[in-house]
Amino acid sequence: MAAAVKAAPTREEALVEFLLRLGDNTLILGHRVSEWCGHAPVLEEDIALANTGLDLIGQTQLWLGLAGEVEGKGRTADSLAFLRDVWDFRNILLVELPNGDFGRTLMRQFLFDAWHVLMLGRLTESADARIAEIAHKAGKEAAYHLDRSSDLVIGLGDGTDESRRRMQEALDYLWPYVGEPFMPDAVDQLMAAEGVAPDPASLRQEYDATLRRVLGEATLTIPQDPFAQLGGKTGVRHSEHLGHLLTEMQWLQRAYPGASW
Amino acid sequence: MASPQHPSIGQVWAWLDAVPDPEIPVISLVDLGVIREVRWEADELVVAVTPTYSGCPATSVINLDIETALRDRGVGKVRLERRLAPPWTTDWLSESGRAKLEAYGIAPPQPAGGPSRCPHCGAASVSLVSQFGSTPCKAQWRCDACLEPFDYFKCI
Ligand SMILES: [Zn+2]
Repeated sequence: MAAAVKAAPTREEALVEFLLRLGDNTLILGHRVSEWCGHAPVLEEDIALANTGLDLIGQTQLWLGLAGEVEGKGRTADSLAFLRDVWDFRNILLVELPNGDFGRTLMRQFLFDAWHVLMLGRLTESADARIAEIAHKAGKEAAYHLDRSSDLVIGLGDGTDESRRRMQEALDYLWPYVGEPFMPDAVDQLMAAEGVAPDPASLRQEYDATLRRVLGEATLTIPQDPFAQLGGKTGVRHSEHLGHLLTEMQWLQRAYPGASW
Repeated sequence: MASPQHPSIGQVWAWLDAVPDPEIPVISLVDLGVIREVRWEADELVVAVTPTYSGCPATSVINLDIETALRDRGVGKVRLERRLAPPWTTDWLSESGRAKLEAYGIAPPQPAGGPSRCPHCGAASVSLVSQFGSTPCKAQWRCDACLEPFDYFKCI
């Protein structure tokens, strides 16, 4: 079991790792969002969250499918999703955090979407044509998600005293998890050097501009503490929440190995 | 390339134009714009299909329906090719598809990002209810005149 990224991965190892990060982000967030199915405050939001989750799971199939193909060991999107254990997941910590209330779910979605749109936009110029194709497809969906999550963050932030308080609390709670996707490691450096992906740090300025625009309009205060929780995308240290999520998500394949319908 | 005993490419397109979209059966898969290419490779018919949304659950049903329709017409060897690029856009909906959608009560996509009028009464004053609807490709709107809710085919 590869517990974490090697200090000096080969190009191929780095590429697989990078694809797992993209696919695990959308897989775990897609699952989290789907947990609202049947529980959202109003029917329209329930449907909207389920559809957002569906888009993310669809993107997961593309990213993890390509990861398995590049790896060349016969693993598929399904086996990567359902048969890996916690320490093999490469999603950022932000997406594995529990949903909390509706406001926190939407704030997390906005903080992710704002990064996702930028990352996918840059990946459309990837030297790897397969990555560029998926990024182009997924980018259109992510842009729609960002429109929606921005609108809702603004509506609830600049809403009632109660909704504003909850949105500010959500932002403060999630803030330590915002920095992780921008922190480069050996995998990112290699991917950037090969022209496969951007240097993640290069996205931060534009990201901050999106946050200032939307959160400003939402009348929320952006925390200033630069401290960032790390360990998700490298697989070094996930939170305890990921294991609980996987227990539910992977239950069927664990209980009935190879089950299909 | 196609030998005389093969159905022509034009014939295959006509057959595919008779295969309904599984979620909006008033339009065909050709109307939807998801069939990107049809070609013969020796005795194998290759159909390139693009997904509307990457997670659209109808994708596998669409593939199955294409295969079934072609086998029913006597095409023995069919291969479906997933084509991601360029990504599907609502610009590929055919003119007849747009008209059929509206007659069915679904407002066709508009570049402005919202329906141009109510598909029921034709009133221009309409309001957004939710950016998502009953399927990934639709949003929910409501007419301010007749007050009826309706689906709008999202523009992407
Ligand atoms: Zn009307």
